[in-house]
Amino acid sequence: MTTVPMSGPSGAAAADLTGRSDLQRQRLRAAWMFLAPMLIALAIVAGWPLVRTIYFSFTNASLNNLSGAEWIGFDNYLQIRTLSSGRVLYRGLLADPAWWAAVWNTIRFAVLSVAFETVFGMIVALVLNANFRGRALVRAAILIPWAIPTIVSAKMWQWMLNDQFGIINEIALNLGLISQKIAWTASPDTAMIAVLIVDVWKTTPFMALLILAGLQMIPGDIYEAAKIDGVHPIKVFWKVTLPLVRPALMVAVIFRMLDALRIFDLIYVLTPNNAQTKTMSVLARENLFDFDKFAYGSAASTMLFLIIAVITIVYVVVGRVNFEGGR
Amino acid sequence: MAELLLEGIKKSYGSVAVLHGIDLDIKSGEFIVFVGPSGCGKSTLLRLIAGLEDITGGRLSIDGKLVNKVAPSERGIAMVFQSYALYPHMTVYENMAFGMKLGKAGKAEIDRRVREAAEILQITPYLERLPKQLSGGQRQRVAIGRAIVRDPKVFLFDEPLSNLDAALRVATRIEIAKLHERMSDVTMIYVTHDQVEAMTLADRIVVLNAGRVEQVGSPMELYHNPANLFVARFIGSPSMNTVPMKVETGGASPRVTPRNCKTVEVDAVIPEAAAGAEGTFGVRPENLHVVGTDEPPGSVPVFEGRVDIVEALGEVTLVYVDVGHEEPIVAKIDSDLSVKKGDRVTLASRPDNFHVFDAKGLAFPRRSAAG
Ligand SMILES: Nc1ncnc2c1ncn2[C@@H]1O[C@H](COP(=O)(O)OP(=O)(O)O)[C@@H](O)[C@H]1O
Ligand SMILES: [Mg+2]
Repeated sequence: MTTVPMSGPSGAAAADLTGRSDLQRQRLRAAWMFLAPMLIALAIVAGWPLVRTIYFSFTNASLNNLSGAEWIGFDNYLQIRTLSSGRVLYRGLLADPAWWAAVWNTIRFAVLSVAFETVFGMIVALVLNANFRGRALVRAAILIPWAIPTIVSAKMWQWMLNDQFGIINEIALNLGLISQKIAWTASPDTAMIAVLIVDVWKTTPFMALLILAGLQMIPGDIYEAAKIDGVHPIKVFWKVTLPLVRPALMVAVIFRMLDALRIFDLIYVLTPNNAQTKTMSVLARENLFDFDKFAYGSAASTMLFLIIAVITIVYVVVGRVNFEGGR
Repeated sequence: MAELLLEGIKKSYGSVAVLHGIDLDIKSGEFIVFVGPSGCGKSTLLRLIAGLEDITGGRLSIDGKLVNKVAPSERGIAMVFQSYALYPHMTVYENMAFGMKLGKAGKAEIDRRVREAAEILQITPYLERLPKQLSGGQRQRVAIGRAIVRDPKVFLFDEPLSNLDAALRVATRIEIAKLHERMSDVTMIYVTHDQVEAMTLADRIVVLNAGRVEQVGSPMELYHNPANLFVARFIGSPSMNTVPMKVETGGASPRVTPRNCKTVEVDAVIPEAAAGAEGTFGVRPENLHVVGTDEPPGSVPVFEGRVDIVEALGEVTLVYVDVGHEEPIVAKIDSDLSVKKGDRVTLASRPDNFHVFDAKGLAFPRRSAAG
């Protein structure tokens, strides 16, 4: 704060000073008061379960004996035991091939689905960004797949992909694309493809709308300038549109990535008990509730949380995502 | 080197007609200014010439070649947009080089032309900056530079100065005038709603109103011999004073009576048959003088009334005199003269400064066509 020479005795200036900091304190208090309900709600619905899960992952809790859980340290994660014969045994989540298969499935699913959704979402967004009659209607219509609850669309697709009565097999057979009916959701070769198809179908609209919002931020006159300069439209896309929509694209990708890494419902309904599509969330649930290995499932959930956190941090740092927009 | 020929150019958006048949012959190397009130279709006409909009009707030719269906980049034009339209993620250098084809010329040629244009516009120090790191005036120069490197035959400007502050506007206006001198064989078409820009820059001004051409002519022609009431009131600041009048006699010594005023002789060609007809009488504020101060010889008194408002602008003073019409009569007088609110004054002017218009607003031609 600067003191103005003409402001008279220093006492007045001091009073002014405290007056301002009072005001600031008051504002701070108001800010906390507005934030408090949300923070409390978050703590109850997100913070507490997370802390409990992490705690249980360090115990031997089982579903019907949660209160009797005993602290066992990192044993659920990794337990190294040396037998008297000199052989070393590794046990725990980090030594479990099923867990690593689930990690691999999840990452494969997340990368592939987000990649397809980004490409298709970009194409859809570019089309929707063009001026044509009935654009508002198409824009609303394209959101329908996203608005349908996942369980419903998973069931719907399950029928369409059904090996005996499914319409997809029927059409593909008639068109001569396949020579015999395929058990899309059951066959190990196609289960992941089926899951990807449904997920891409469902979430491309969401991606498209996020990208469209970014596209509409780009001023139209620079496209006219490029038109007058005779710059080829493909060059305009790579050199103008893509760099300018990149911040929005990065945010869209990270949203989708977080979603894809914890995919559960679609796989649980569409391809239950298929090793090719078992993701981290599915594995965690299985252990928590089906196998009565509650502590082990908690450890898997905690690892899932850590993996998502690490991937997000790496992505934000490497991609320098700016959530405030701009560059 | 490029001549433009516009024949019956029409433009409609759906059922809304914006331009109603524009005919215009623009010579090579001319500086043409489209001027008119907001929404009259200036930008639309410019965008039709650029090829950014489809022409609804009529023919547009550049250098004798019909270009109605020719792509913008093939028309040999460059355009400077009102909002600059710079690529925000590219440096000044990249902005200027982006539109140039990496053809036979090659990188070295592009570099040479970008640096040359930057030198002309004095933006060399900023070549590596992003547009957002520049001031409005600098951005405008970059936009002009980007147009220069294309080496166009026709330069199009759409209100290029409207986003600049007053001082910068004057400076940039002068630079655009210099640019035209330097590129004297390039045809320039400049859109503005500001008649001062139009007067100072144009070889010829095209006055547009509601999608029609009101008059085409040199700035002085429009000032001295406006073809109609619209042009008379649009060109000049403050606007020409206009009052209803009655024609007393036509022929050799025409006389008219502006309402609430004395009968005056006018220096216009009014047919004998027009005697008794209604019309409009006009005189510019700068041609009115307060009687008893500095009126030039030959002045005749026209208006009499009480001073309502006195606006001292420094170099001149505007005096608003209530003579019993809805609008006060404005006189632009020497700022040394002491005229106070409430004074009763008589305003006089030389008859060759009088403009007379018929009932449709068309000017009766003036005899001493000054200018
Ligand atoms: N894309 C458009 N669709 C419909 N009407 C338009 C469009 N562009 C301009 N107009 C109309 O055309 C008229 C002239 O516009 P414009 O050429 O921009 O005027 P100005 O002389 O101010 O540059 C305006 O009434 C405007 O509303
Ligand atoms: Mg305009």
